[in-house]
Amino acid sequence: MNLSWSPEYEQFREEVRTFLAAEWTDADRAAGPEPEGLAAFTGASVRVDERATAFRLKAIARGYLYRHVPRRWGGGEQPPDPLKATIIAEEFKRARAPFEIMGQGPSMLVPTLLEHGTDEQKERFIRGTLLGHIRWCQGYSEPNAGSDLASLRTRAELDGDHWVVNGHKIWTSNATDADWMFALVRTEPERPKHEGISYLLIDMKTPGIEVRPLRQMTGDADFNEVFFDNVRVPAGNIVGARGQGWQVSRSTLKHERALIGSAALQRRTFDGVLLMAQALERDGRRVVDDPVIRDRLVQVETRLVASELHGHRLLTMSQRGEDPGLAGLVTKLFGTQLGYDLGKLAMDVSGGGGMLAPGEPCAPAMGMFGLAYMWSLGVLIAGGTANIQRNIIAERGLGLPRDARR
Amino acid sequence: MDFGLSQDQQLFQDTIRRWIEAECPTSRVRAIMESDTGHDPGLWRALATLGLTGLLVPPAYGGAGLDLLDAALAAEQLGAGAVPAPYLGSTMAVLALLASGDSEEHRRWLPAIASGELVATVALAEAQDVWDADRIRTRAEGPTLVGEKTLVPCGDVAELLIVAAQDEAGPGLWLVERGAPGLAAERLRAMDMTRPVATVRFERTPALKIAAGREAIDRIRDAGLVLLAADAYGGCRRCLDMTVRYVLTREQFGQVIGAFQGVKHQLADLVTEVEPSLSLWWYAAHAWDHMPADAARHAALAKAYCCDLYDRTTRVCTELHGGIGFTWEYDLHLWFRRAIFDRAYLGGSEHHRARAAALAGW
Repeated sequence: MNLSWSPEYEQFREEVRTFLAAEWTDADRAAGPEPEGLAAFTGASVRVDERATAFRLKAIARGYLYRHVPRRWGGGEQPPDPLKATIIAEEFKRARAPFEIMGQGPSMLVPTLLEHGTDEQKERFIRGTLLGHIRWCQGYSEPNAGSDLASLRTRAELDGDHWVVNGHKIWTSNATDADWMFALVRTEPERPKHEGISYLLIDMKTPGIEVRPLRQMTGDADFNEVFFDNVRVPAGNIVGARGQGWQVSRSTLKHERALIGSAALQRRTFDGVLLMAQALERDGRRVVDDPVIRDRLVQVETRLVASELHGHRLLTMSQRGEDPGLAGLVTKLFGTQLGYDLGKLAMDVSGGGGMLAPGEPCAPAMGMFGLAYMWSLGVLIAGGTANIQRNIIAERGLGLPRDARR
Repeated sequence: MDFGLSQDQQLFQDTIRRWIEAECPTSRVRAIMESDTGHDPGLWRALATLGLTGLLVPPAYGGAGLDLLDAALAAEQLGAGAVPAPYLGSTMAVLALLASGDSEEHRRWLPAIASGELVATVALAEAQDVWDADRIRTRAEGPTLVGEKTLVPCGDVAELLIVAAQDEAGPGLWLVERGAPGLAAERLRAMDMTRPVATVRFERTPALKIAAGREAIDRIRDAGLVLLAADAYGGCRRCLDMTVRYVLTREQFGQVIGAFQGVKHQLADLVTEVEPSLSLWWYAAHAWDHMPADAARHAALAKAYCCDLYDRTTRVCTELHGGIGFTWEYDLHLWFRRAIFDRAYLGGSEHHRARAAALAGW
């Protein structure tokens, strides 16, 4: 155990800093902020202007971004080194410089194409996706296919050299902005449910697609429903073989589970809750001096520290080439439960002010904790509900039997 | 940047685990805990041969001179095995002796502790759940101690006691030898039968002051908190392993009960909390060794969290076993009882969370 950086890595950090100082100036920073929080996660508003693109290309050429993607397809192509990746992420964040485009294109589609795509598909899509020029949405969930995703019913039938898609997707983030959708559709209805699914790339400008915003419990519309009415998709837009879509999609879902539940975001929220508890008074004393609230604050912080340290442990395992096993499987459930308890604590620290809506000026922290509280339920559900996570942990992590009905 | 164990540390843990499996199965644990003293000098000498009694003792005095992290790794394995040995008190006593800086006492005691010849322990608690150095009532009167300590691990068999007491200068640590005049120890009946505790009375008992100031007491207390957290983690893992094996073999309603989602989800929830808790005590141990500014607070956080989790884990694991888990013959209650020790000893979870809040300056 050694929590300091070795000279090799300190030198690498210096190189990254020197690069950033030269290539991303105060003027660049002033021209437009990089988004944080949910916006960064969904990739909704990542800066992709000419200056940011020119910068990203230089950073890719240095091997700082998209290190797992071959240079041939527009990536940085570096041997895996989680510590270097951590240093890069830290330094880019510190410099507020454009980083890898977040969202489902680079994080989910690109790994899928690298594993299962044809050279033509890789050439056509990866480079533009990495630079943010091609934006993606994910067409998986349906009204009757949520946790039981493999029961999806959106159909694609081959008609000459086109697939004809009919059906209905839901909970689609960014569908209004996306250029393309990667979707799971049923192509072999006569086969068992997992074996009849194919993975299609669908141009969102194709006639027959209708996107309707879906208003969630927060009152905003961050998701959509997408309807397909005889949408014609070129036959070559299938990734992997017919009926192999379930397997093709597996690597990407795994990837998303690692993404959701970031400790850094929860640390910022916790720091905010603590400041609020120190600033607000109730019953003639600071809220933080209420012994019950104080105890809950420490309980939540302990789990936050555990989450941060657990991330370090996973990083070390990854650096050593060890299989994280159970330690990797529990991260999403741990993070989302923590997020829920953190959100609830924020509401209780807010007291009566917690009744007020986001944006209300006289609410503590402008009511933003109420929004975070609602979103803590959103992430508990997104990317596999907590109960699905429990099944995965019990079956893959502990070796317990699968439910006979699945 | 490496937050993991070295190969030597992994090998060390494997060695202890295999030794416990072979030499200290629960049949031996039960024989020792049901014996008159609850202590087996033969087991203690065997653990000394493995190096466990001298982990923190400098090589010059016959020990290995390792870190608290290494001692905590041993505590994890002893906790997993529910091993009935005075490891916790002995390890804290070694740290107290080392803190004293008195090389004469080092020469006199450390080699004997490292070799397993004698058992040392610490006497910190007093009645009314007093753990904090500032509330200690046991007083030094000249070169003697007057007062009563309680919940002293192996207090009735230890040859050497390190006692937290007060004199006019404030709290400090005193050394008392078994057999000293005015010393009386009485074993208490405890929930955890694998780690007996005693009340120890001092009536003008000759004692040697070895450290002054509450910092010395706090420092060994913090080390104890880390060792308890590690012990709790080891116990959690053992109970979970036992329970996973059980639900994979026990059949009801025509299938193994491990196929029921109700069972799977209870176990998944437990491992989801237990798995990251490892990092808490690893870090707390590392901080105690190398990052003094973080040491006290992280020891408190790790102790409170891991010991709360130990209680929950042993309860749920017993519940998942059904009736068999509630029997004397089935081993689960050994850990259930150890969880009670770990939670209460050195102060409860709420106490340490309150300390953690104060230490952060909230």
